[in-house]
Amino acid sequence: MSDKTVLLQDTTAGIATGTNDFFGVFKAALRESNLADNVRLVRVADMGVYNQGVVMTILPENITYANVEVHDIKRIIGVTLKHGNPVKDLLYQPKFRQMRLVLKNCGRLDPGSIDDYIATDGYRALLKAVEQKTPEDVIAELKNSGLRGRGGGGYSTGLKWQFTREAEGETKYVICNADEGDPGAYMDRSVLEGNPHSVIEGMLLAGYAIGSSQGFFYIRAEYPLAIERVQKALDQARDRGLLGANILGSAFSMDIEIRLGAGAFVCGEETALIASIEGKRGTPVPRPPYPSVRGLWGMPTCINNVETLANVAPIILHGADWFAGIGTSSSKGTKVFALTGKVRNSGLVEVPMGTTLRDIVFDIGGGIASGKKFKAVQTGGPSGGVIPEKYLDTPVDYDTLQKLGSIMGSGGMIVMDEDDCMVDIAKFYIKFCVEESCGKCAPCRIGGYQILHILEGITQGRGTLQDLDRLILIARAMKMGSLCGLGQTAANPVISTLTYFEDEYREHIVNRRCPARKCKALLQFSIIRHQCKKCGLCARACPENAITGDREHGYTIDTDKCIHCGMCFDVCKFSAVERI
Amino acid sequence: MIQAMINRKPVSVPEGTTILEAARQVQVKIPTLCHHPDLPPTAACGICIVRLEGTKRMLRACCTPIEDGMKIITHDPEIVEVRRTVLELILSNHPNDCLKCGRNQSCELQNLAADFGIREELFEKFIGNIPKDDSTNAFVIEPDKCIHCGRCIEICQEIQGVWALSFLGRGFNSRFAPAAGQKMGDSPCVVCGQCASHCPTGAIFEKDDTLKVWQELQNPDTFCVVQIAPVVRVAIGEAFGMPPGTNTTGKLYTVLRRLGFNAVFDTTFAADVTINEEATEFVERFVHGKGPLPLITSCCPSWVIYLEKQVPDMVDYFSSCKSPQQISGLLTKTYYAEKMGIDLSKIVVVSIMPCTSKKTELSRTEEMFASGYQDVDYSLTTRELARMIKQTGKDFVNLPDSEPDHMLGEYSGAGVIFGTTGGVMEAALRSAYSFITG
Repeated sequence: MSDKTVLLQDTTAGIATGTNDFFGVFKAALRESNLADNVRLVRVADMGVYNQGVVMTILPENITYANVEVHDIKRIIGVTLKHGNPVKDLLYQPKFRQMRLVLKNCGRLDPGSIDDYIATDGYRALLKAVEQKTPEDVIAELKNSGLRGRGGGGYSTGLKWQFTREAEGETKYVICNADEGDPGAYMDRSVLEGNPHSVIEGMLLAGYAIGSSQGFFYIRAEYPLAIERVQKALDQARDRGLLGANILGSAFSMDIEIRLGAGAFVCGEETALIASIEGKRGTPVPRPPYPSVRGLWGMPTCINNVETLANVAPIILHGADWFAGIGTSSSKGTKVFALTGKVRNSGLVEVPMGTTLRDIVFDIGGGIASGKKFKAVQTGGPSGGVIPEKYLDTPVDYDTLQKLGSIMGSGGMIVMDEDDCMVDIAKFYIKFCVEESCGKCAPCRIGGYQILHILEGITQGRGTLQDLDRLILIARAMKMGSLCGLGQTAANPVISTLTYFEDEYREHIVNRRCPARKCKALLQFSIIRHQCKKCGLCARACPENAITGDREHGYTIDTDKCIHCGMCFDVCKFSAVERI
Repeated sequence: MIQAMINRKPVSVPEGTTILEAARQVQVKIPTLCHHPDLPPTAACGICIVRLEGTKRMLRACCTPIEDGMKIITHDPEIVEVRRTVLELILSNHPNDCLKCGRNQSCELQNLAADFGIREELFEKFIGNIPKDDSTNAFVIEPDKCIHCGRCIEICQEIQGVWALSFLGRGFNSRFAPAAGQKMGDSPCVVCGQCASHCPTGAIFEKDDTLKVWQELQNPDTFCVVQIAPVVRVAIGEAFGMPPGTNTTGKLYTVLRRLGFNAVFDTTFAADVTINEEATEFVERFVHGKGPLPLITSCCPSWVIYLEKQVPDMVDYFSSCKSPQQISGLLTKTYYAEKMGIDLSKIVVVSIMPCTSKKTELSRTEEMFASGYQDVDYSLTTRELARMIKQTGKDFVNLPDSEPDHMLGEYSGAGVIFGTTGGVMEAALRSAYSFITG
């Protein structure tokens, strides 16, 4: 029996920061101190602590250390593991105001151990369902809970299940959509890496509710660790009789397999995802019929996102009323956001629906890292939009975000400060959509490409005011005329930046100036005479020899030769290079 | 029956009717581009969008079944503007070289641009500059003219079951092509030409051999013989404004002579020969056991290629007999040439056929050229012949009738039932019956 447990954060990002080596060194150190039998060293997934190097939590004291280095191990063993006292300078100061339902056990249990999951009420919801509830009861519970799809659409999960149950078909399927693709979003990955059984239990409950005996995980191949852990979890569940025939001794039978996505963003769209599983080219097909009526191989199919499914077991276990008590009138429960950008504390944050943007950005996120002025927050990834400062007190839920021209999406949240150019942001997202468009429907395929070129023109000083009209025309055509969600929302970043920051567009076009000084082609560099120390560093750094002069007379920049690379600005130690 | 409202007028249609079809009941034509009545909707273009009344929700009329109580608006200023923008976007990705295009005046994109009164190019032009593919004898592919409607792929994969065409790449760089970007000629393509006949633009278009035929006709040293397939006589009238199906056999003989052909034959005669050959082959197999049964046959070259490429284990069951086009050419270059004392090397045989597939047949069986020369030298489609007639300004509708040339110009009823499905085998069996029973 171990006296203490050390939980070591080991995610995809953790692997990059060298947790693997650390694990070996720690283990050796434990042996040296004769503690190998008394301390259980466990690699866990996402603990919700990011950009903090090696992170660990020691139980039962519940002490969390961040930025732990190899040379700290001795102290940790000596002070904490032997005597139960904290090493003060290593202590991690946790964020506050979070409410972890989905991520509750991520980073608290060994994702490779089904026993850990079972010990934290795992599979009890499934047991409760098959023993005490009819499929209709489960669906009613879900409907009453108010759970809405966390993948972006926000459709009622209970209704989706009900339609799939009611649809006629000799067989039915459950699909877990783990094709997470929004730039910067990784909540699904974290759940799969940190608590794969919670999603499997959700899928089993879905299967029980709709009358399915076969489920599929559709996981993008870029998530090797998630795939490995889900596969291991599936194998364990099968060994324990939680997958396969007559689950938990009931009449309910179901199995789950993994299918890998090959890296197309559009395959997160449900009809394209189904085509991909079927072995076809991953392009969307028109709806209706919805997958709940005609889905995988023409059969009724229930497709839910990872985070949605992770919410299911707690709802069944604690009841719809408990869940419906969290959040706002239209959006229940919590939402995981991937907070990133110019914010001080970036990482996954899980908050109740209705938390204001200000709380998330300034309280949990700690505000702008550089101390500069907050400009906007972008939500919903490439399908979302930017929200300016005046709406920071908006309580976040599906409907308020939509009213502001953005969306909840899968929960990407990128904070921007005054150094971020809104035209450039719009260009970044539309470029993503242009690269990820499947090319099937004309509005998305050509519209996105045209928008990208117009925005490139504007950021390079070739824009005209007519371009703004063209942007609006194309954006509207994409929104109304595209076949799938990708195309219908691809222009949102353009529309929302134009709505809230039209002045910035005009500044680029009329005065050929980028107020955020981001668009290099529009920048003019010059040397401020009285600040220049005549060191000549800028002239040596200039790749185009556009800076001439000498140590005696000082230096000047030839604007005709200048390629706006900014090297002189970056190398000058005396802030003597001006950028306008 | 579904009761719904379109443009605030009631419609009553059977369940499963699309909004597009239902709109016809209230005399509204919703514009379409990718839609084709033969094919399941791909819903690619976005031209046919309609609005669910009172909401922002847009539906594609081509593929959305109308539901009970649905209220649809097919035209309002915003819908029309979006359709127009989508059209302009498509045009910004299209070469717009209508004057040189094979589909000039019969192009669905051109018609739509005309209907919408597009007079200038609103967006910057981005053309892919993907090279043409003329690796088959039958048609030319110009990927730059493709509007990604997906009809060719749908028909190739789902209807024909050939799977030669598919979409490659993604986004703006996606294009239709055989798998792995091979040339059509190297692909599983059976040259059926269905892709070309369903293409709304000139992205897939029949190869034009009229120039070569003109050169042969103008060459004083050649002896040009033409043969016409049965269907051509009832199909060509349409090109001259005659009602579809008008029989123009007599006018066709006349116009071909006036175009400069030295002799005009009817392929129907060769069809009779095909029947006799096939009946003989059947008797050989059936009575004398020389070869496996059942005997299967088709005069369609694409059918033969399909068999060879996709089900090669069936080739032994296939009749070894030539098609009427080839037999006609062969008889011209052997029996007729000898009888008329014409130098074989000077004979040029042109066939007028209903299908581009026949162009492929000309050069595919080198080992079977019994005369030592290619059986048929050029195969023209009905449309190519119509263009030749128009180029010479002949008033086809008012031409007098005339008779075909003799020797190969007479035919029986067996040859006439050739054109229908199962007709060849039926004719062969009838003949075989009379051979066997006497």
